[in-house]
Amino acid sequence: MPSLGADMKEGTLVQWNVKPGDTVKRGDIIAIVATEKADIEVEVYETGTVETLIAQPGDKCPVGTTLARIHVEGEAAPPPVSPAPEAEKPHRVKASPLARKLALEMGLDLENIKGSGPGGVIERHDVGHVAAALKSKPPEAAEPAAPEMRHAIAVAMARSNREIPHYYLSTRIDMSKALRWIEQSNQRRPIERRLLPVALLLRGVARALTDVPELNGYYLDDKLKMAGEVNIGVAISLRRGGLMIPAILSAQKKSVDEMMTALSDLITRARSGRLRGSEITEGTVTVSNLGDLGVETVLGVIYPPQVALVGFGKIIEQSWAENGMLGVRPVLTASLAADHRATDGHRGAQFLQTLDHLLQDPEAL
Amino acid sequence: MTETEIRQAILEAIGQIAPEADPTAIRPEDNLREALDIDSFDFLQVLIRLNRRLGVEIPESDYTQLATFSGMIRYLSDKLAAH
Repeated sequence: MPSLGADMKEGTLVQWNVKPGDTVKRGDIIAIVATEKADIEVEVYETGTVETLIAQPGDKCPVGTTLARIHVEGEAAPPPVSPAPEAEKPHRVKASPLARKLALEMGLDLENIKGSGPGGVIERHDVGHVAAALKSKPPEAAEPAAPEMRHAIAVAMARSNREIPHYYLSTRIDMSKALRWIEQSNQRRPIERRLLPVALLLRGVARALTDVPELNGYYLDDKLKMAGEVNIGVAISLRRGGLMIPAILSAQKKSVDEMMTALSDLITRARSGRLRGSEITEGTVTVSNLGDLGVETVLGVIYPPQVALVGFGKIIEQSWAENGMLGVRPVLTASLAADHRATDGHRGAQFLQTLDHLLQDPEAL
Repeated sequence: MTETEIRQAILEAIGQIAPEADPTAIRPEDNLREALDIDSFDFLQVLIRLNRRLGVEIPESDYTQLATFSGMIRYLSDKLAAH
């Protein structure tokens, strides 16, 4: 069971996409796992052949539990499979396959259902009874949607505020040239391929981070570990409440068009619950864009163990003085929340300055 | 295409993007993005679906005319009538 979040302790196997004997290659989606936040697609990191599926759909497994055995290509033939040691066996509630399927569909935890079958096996009708009882219960005080997700966010954010000494910087950026460039570019595009300003902002962040790499990485074991790739975690609000921060991987290699395509794909999959494990675990920095809601300045909470969060507010027409002349410009407030253990304000300021310069020359982005 | 059919096309597009929203609660002059709690990405997705369904070209400079439910019906009706 992979760790699909800084504070994930366990996950529930929803389904296998492979069976013993199947050949898999690096990057294939082999399973779907339900976490507190969402269903996540689990990728395989080796090329080889599936030998054994140890966990079964419905099993709740702590992080680190062996879910399956894969014979990696080029390795010596494996010894005959012996039963997995007790410690790495997933905890398994005895239930019929139909009962498992029904409980999964209804979002019920098998742990909380008493089985009436032989040896306490949970049968389909046991799940049905619990579901019916829950349905007939009078509604209690309104609870926010997805309490598990609220809990996961609470744990990560509390850890951040407890462990990370944040510092905050912000700057106003004249977006005249950037918006003009987008407008002109969109005039030539069919509606499906039009750009949103956020694509340009993400491209700017990726470029600026290659100039100030200390803001791109993790603070682990009392030191900063800069990441080789810029994987921008994008804060995406979900329909049922809460948020996910999946990452656009290798963002430094993506053009503005590619960034827009990647963002569209990521938002669509985040909201339909089809994210990949690597997108959840490999973010190296976070961008939060709350401009759509009219917010002017975003002072974010860093997602540990990352060391920076970039916030964007609404692009608003504001007075702007330049060369002794007062005018009106579309202005964006870009902010940076950064980990003071990893960087000082000087480097943070250089990042925002670089971002500003890049957005003044959108064609070159 | 009648106004009722245009209204239905809009409701279907909204339903695909914001399935949890109750479009019947939206008043004609409400700002759609605020009433549905959708962001600029979702709003663009609604317009893409309307473009596909109705074949109406919607230049970016016209987006403000489609900000409300009634504005959207008016804009699409006018464009379809001009065809």
